[in-house]
Amino acid sequence: MARPKLFESFREVQAELERSGSALFRDKDGFEALVIKNPYAINYIHSYAEDTPFFLGLSEGRLLGSQCTGPKCEFLYATPRGHCMVCGTRTRWQELPLNGKLHSWTTCHFGSEAFLKETPYNLGLVEFEGAGSLLLARIKEATESELYVGMPVEARFDARPKFSITDIWFVPVKGGSSPARR
Amino acid sequence: MVTGGVTKFAKAHPAMDFRLMVKRAYDQALAETPNLTRDRIDGTRISYFSDHFTRQLKAASMVQDYLGMNPKGSVRIEWGGATGGECFQAAYEAVASGRMDICLAAGFETMSRVATWKGNEFIALASDTNYDFPLGGFYTGYYALMVVRHMYEYLALRKFAHVADERERQRLAIQEGSRIMSWVSVKNHRNAVHNPYAQYPKRLTVEQVLASELISYPLTREQICTMSDGAAVVVLADEARAKELTDRPILVKGVGCGTDTMRLADRPFGKVPLMPHEKAADYADLPYPGVHSFRAGRAAGLEAYRHAGIEDPRKELDFIELHDAYASSEIQTYEDLGLCKYGEGYDYVLRGDPFLANIDYGLPTPKAGALPVNPSGGLIACGHPVGATGLMQAVFAFWQLQGRIATHFGDATLQLKKPKRGAIHSHAGTGSSVTVSILERGF
Repeated sequence: MARPKLFESFREVQAELERSGSALFRDKDGFEALVIKNPYAINYIHSYAEDTPFFLGLSEGRLLGSQCTGPKCEFLYATPRGHCMVCGTRTRWQELPLNGKLHSWTTCHFGSEAFLKETPYNLGLVEFEGAGSLLLARIKEATESELYVGMPVEARFDARPKFSITDIWFVPVKGGSSPARR
Repeated sequence: MVTGGVTKFAKAHPAMDFRLMVKRAYDQALAETPNLTRDRIDGTRISYFSDHFTRQLKAASMVQDYLGMNPKGSVRIEWGGATGGECFQAAYEAVASGRMDICLAAGFETMSRVATWKGNEFIALASDTNYDFPLGGFYTGYYALMVVRHMYEYLALRKFAHVADERERQRLAIQEGSRIMSWVSVKNHRNAVHNPYAQYPKRLTVEQVLASELISYPLTREQICTMSDGAAVVVLADEARAKELTDRPILVKGVGCGTDTMRLADRPFGKVPLMPHEKAADYADLPYPGVHSFRAGRAAGLEAYRHAGIEDPRKELDFIELHDAYASSEIQTYEDLGLCKYGEGYDYVLRGDPFLANIDYGLPTPKAGALPVNPSGGLIACGHPVGATGLMQAVFAFWQLQGRIATHFGDATLQLKKPKRGAIHSHAGTGSSVTVSILERGF
């Protein structure tokens, strides 16, 4: 078998790995290394565990937060958690309003490899009346120049849920109309 | 601290695996201290962030092995972006507790082994995989969310409060904030021109930074650190051995560590934990930390300052090597560390305090030299091989305090005049854990 081709640029090594799966690299000090491509893919079994009702709720068009059951606390979480961060008491599920306001936002022009094909996409932290914490979600039907802190937004749910946080997203409230489910 | 070493940080070191990179940094460190032989090192603390980047579990054991440290005690440290800073403090604790007389801290990362956007995915797995990652999991996106709110709180609601139209006010705030972030990028890249270990030394203009590719609005490519390969090591010893091993020992005067919620969405809206030089009235109407500030950074600073006996960091620190993974987080961190009040970070940049006095940045910096931040060039210009980064900061701060920058950089430009005390700051996640360590001239 032929010796792998030798390169002095890392980019060329990357290209050669795509072509043939192996390459030799020589650095500035004359040190040579054999480099091979090693594919790496897995299916991971992801359990939502105690967060399960939240994701089942999204598939039914409901947004569930959680509220502390401590009598002196009653902190309402927009991103649910099983036990209260403030006082440690068990929380109960509590339906959240389907409209809120943008606390902050961005438009991602790049992303992790898994999401590159979806760029550009907007992320927003959403505030809800009465809730003490926020919810991170995709913001759709708005471009970079239209988004602003304080913008009223309302929830939309995926008609074909995938049991993911992407089953819910928010869109700007148009003309102050009340949010509708689905 | 008695010695340290670093490899040059680079986009890729394919000819070296992580063991060889650490070995080179280790050999460099030991070459500085002839009396320090391997047999005198009692044990090690070894840091790297992600097993995904090595695709070799227990890589720290392989470093221990390669350095010939077996059967001495060792443990691997991982704490996200603050991995190197935590490793430094773990070694400090090993010596301070009396468990070891001499401890080696070594860190590395080999991020070039996967494509850049796959690397971003691996890093984004350090965000909640139920609620955050599936949305597009992207750290630059998270930092963009934070700085948009920071600009809203401190520029839109203050500097541009007079602008009646809400959207126009916010647009002006982001424009102004982006301009000021670019000053930080110019500073750090420019400093790095004099640091031969840096990955991206550059002479940039504010216009070039703003015109570079938009990654996540409003952050541009030149305002963000990149993937790197690299390693760094530090050797800590007790007082008697430190004085024996080097005529220029550096004292670890204080350490601090703070934490916050993993999810940005869960950050509280409470009160600011005050520095001795701040008053509650300064922040009467400020919901804190929200997503605009790093409570973990404030907590780490408070602990480290208290430990070191520092009342006012503005007067008692001579420089800071600060975890500027983003130009935005450098500005946010000025406030967390009490270099200026919350809300004054942008003006602090425009006054020039964190710039070096002897470098021409092409910008008006009247107060340059007041408290140089990232004289080495920081993460933005030096690179960020995560497990090595916090230790790299320690090595640069060490050489700075020893007065030996010229020896190591072959250029005296970045050497401050007789610095007495500096801080190193290491930061993880969206601010979910932060360390601050105070180093002081011990000779």
